[in-house]
Amino acid sequence: MNQNHSISFTLGNEAIARAALESGVNYASGYPGTPSSEIIQELAKQAEKFGMHVEWSTNEKVASEGAAAAAISGLYSLVAMKNAGLSVALDFLTHLSLTGIGDKQGAMVLAVCDDPDAHSSGDETDSRWISRFAYLPLLEPGDISEARAMMRYAFELSREFGCCVMFRSYTRLSHASSIIEPAEPARVPRTAKTDEDMCLTPYLGKVKHAATLERLSLIRERFEESPFNRYSGPENPEMIIVCSGGGVLCAQDAIEILGLGARVGVLRLGALHPFPDNMVANTLKKTGMALVVEEVDPFVEVHVKDALSTAGLRDLKVYGRESGHIEGFGEITPDRVVQALSSLFKLDYQPRQAEYDEIIKREVAPLLIDRGLAWCPGCPHRASFYAIDRALKADGRRGCFTGDIGCYTLDVFPGGKYQMNMLHAMGSGAGLAGGLGQLKQFGYEQPVISLCGDSTFFHAAIPALINAVHNGSSFLQVILDNQATAMTGFQSHPGSDVDAMGRAAVQVDLEKLCSSIGCRVTVADPFDIAGTVKTIRNLLKEDKGVRVLILRRTCELVRMKSEKTIPFKMTVDQDKCRGDECGVCLSQFRCPGLVRNPETGQAEIRDDLCSGCGACAQICPFKSINKEKNIS
Amino acid sequence: MNLPDPFNVIVSGVGGQGNILIARLIGRVLAQNGFLVSIGETFGAAQRGGAVFSSLRISKKRGYSPLIPSGQGHVIVGLEPLETLRMLSRFGNADVTALSNDRPVYPVDALGGRDKYPDPKQLYAAIDKVAKHSYIVPATEIALQLGGAIMANIAILGALAETKALPLEPEEVAEEVARTVPAAKKAENLEAFKRGAEAVRRLSETRAA
Repeated sequence: MNQNHSISFTLGNEAIARAALESGVNYASGYPGTPSSEIIQELAKQAEKFGMHVEWSTNEKVASEGAAAAAISGLYSLVAMKNAGLSVALDFLTHLSLTGIGDKQGAMVLAVCDDPDAHSSGDETDSRWISRFAYLPLLEPGDISEARAMMRYAFELSREFGCCVMFRSYTRLSHASSIIEPAEPARVPRTAKTDEDMCLTPYLGKVKHAATLERLSLIRERFEESPFNRYSGPENPEMIIVCSGGGVLCAQDAIEILGLGARVGVLRLGALHPFPDNMVANTLKKTGMALVVEEVDPFVEVHVKDALSTAGLRDLKVYGRESGHIEGFGEITPDRVVQALSSLFKLDYQPRQAEYDEIIKREVAPLLIDRGLAWCPGCPHRASFYAIDRALKADGRRGCFTGDIGCYTLDVFPGGKYQMNMLHAMGSGAGLAGGLGQLKQFGYEQPVISLCGDSTFFHAAIPALINAVHNGSSFLQVILDNQATAMTGFQSHPGSDVDAMGRAAVQVDLEKLCSSIGCRVTVADPFDIAGTVKTIRNLLKEDKGVRVLILRRTCELVRMKSEKTIPFKMTVDQDKCRGDECGVCLSQFRCPGLVRNPETGQAEIRDDLCSGCGACAQICPFKSINKEKNIS
Repeated sequence: MNLPDPFNVIVSGVGGQGNILIARLIGRVLAQNGFLVSIGETFGAAQRGGAVFSSLRISKKRGYSPLIPSGQGHVIVGLEPLETLRMLSRFGNADVTALSNDRPVYPVDALGGRDKYPDPKQLYAAIDKVAKHSYIVPATEIALQLGGAIMANIAILGALAETKALPLEPEEVAEEVARTVPAAKKAENLEAFKRGAEAVRRLSETRAA
């Protein structure tokens, strides 16, 4: 047996972070968001050792500004975010492209992680279009080892051309892991200093635009020769698959599955914007048709068509998302490429035996009930939403409820109560509520509740709240303060007492902040369910001005990590439980720790799942759920 | 052992059951044995009570996409029987090996009766029917006897190593478990591993007899 014990798997995001370290990154910032969070997390762990500044910023725009300041001052910086965050940062980034980062030999890389299929996002937006919109050079790796090489190259390109470089990752890269060779982080001494003139003023914007285009045309020449853009396959293939990002490995898989290696070549593209038109057109001359495999939008596909058209190769057939051979939405998978190739080559491929499919359809499929998402046992959000539901029902005026981005979006999943009426972007709940609160003169009579978490509140809800106060809107803003950015892995935020690097940090006081802008602030414990219901009812009755209710209770996963105890031993008194006649705990509270005994219809506690929070003891109308202090 | 290349393994369960640890542990042992291994994982929202799975692509040729093509699973491991069956329906084929925990975790819609969770016996029978080799083991029960449901993943790992469906030896996996778990929990975890393996041995003996 091999005695090498140091083997460990590296997550795509960890590889990206390590490559930044290997480039000698000095400053890293970001806002957590799946699938990007582990990049900053990994760098934060190494911050002290390598003398870096690493922070979780309040939002992506601030993160980008901080990273740009470092780069302008001659440091290497990295800013990381998910696709949705890029929209938040965009105002600054479009302007930064015009000024560039100067010639202090600094570098800035913008790492954006998209979420094709929207596994953990409200959208599957393809951020690559932004590279054109904001004049950013764009690199997109096809696998983990390429991600590492490309990240290092991104820093060098940024330094050489004095501009921010965009690096696009995606779920299946960021959250894949493999084993990579360790390398030494670079320790380059750099001193920060600024003496640049970087002011964009009216009219100057046009002049700077011209200079930016000039810079992009020089980068295009590099990309025409880039080793990240390369062809492999037969000299004169029947087809060339043009692929980028997640499409690269899927294309290789599909060619292998269908045995098309002698007929189909692969042009993999990694240096994408400015698009290497000549290289692509010259390569595609070898063949009569191309299939473009990428995710999510036909970004490469439209550029390929454009390149072919410019080169006069208008007869070459290009298939992909636009042609419908791969549907225009969703992540790229080996299955989808197999399907597109089978249709273009008229192959009849069956992944498994027909009889097997028949058995699955007939005997297995009917058993497969869905597994809906739900809050964890002991999650304070379950109690908060239960209380809001009770209060709104008692209020009786069909309140309108605007939500936000975090674990509380699970309200509109099977474990929740489907109370939210609107759910869009970070901080949008407060902005929408502010608008609804202005509609009284148009006959709007519903009370309005907006809800967000603590991290989301700091990210983008504050301007909306200030706007509402100043303009005389009226609604109840609930802040679920669970002391964590829970959905993405418990990162710190401005309300935390530690920062990303684990140092003691100044906590921004939610109560004081909200009162200082003119909101009336109430704080309650969601596990006091009756008290919370009463508080919400009273706040709804006030019906005037912006009221803030902070429901404060630490995320159960965070609590469990530090306390490692189950506070209460829960039991159901089978003499008192009315079972199916009642069902309040099972059908309304719906904690996975409470299950229905199929024989008696009564509730039971699942000791392997129950977190012992004790909240359910308050909701049983027959007082049949008991909690007993756990002494063990 | 003559393995298909790439060899595809799925480890499924419900968010929080620890499927990622199983995938990484066997991945490390396989990598020590000279295989190129890529792992795909589920993060984020789906971890909150949802169905999650890790995929492993194991090869001597090259690094593969973490996404396993439909119907191309070779070994399907589940920490929950409904999830094992769900993965079989997607990745199974006439040659697949399946290993599952026997303990159901009810989806939230089955708690209050909006949905009916199938009789577990039906699930076991279906797993047996669609897998060429199948093993149903009481992993959660083993873990609870040893003091914590979370060790069910280590019991399943012991069972998996014992099936000999993967190109690794049970001792190698046990050593990796010993290196990975916190020192204070090492004895219980190794015991869970051993009892998981015994459960598979008993199943094989019963079948042989």
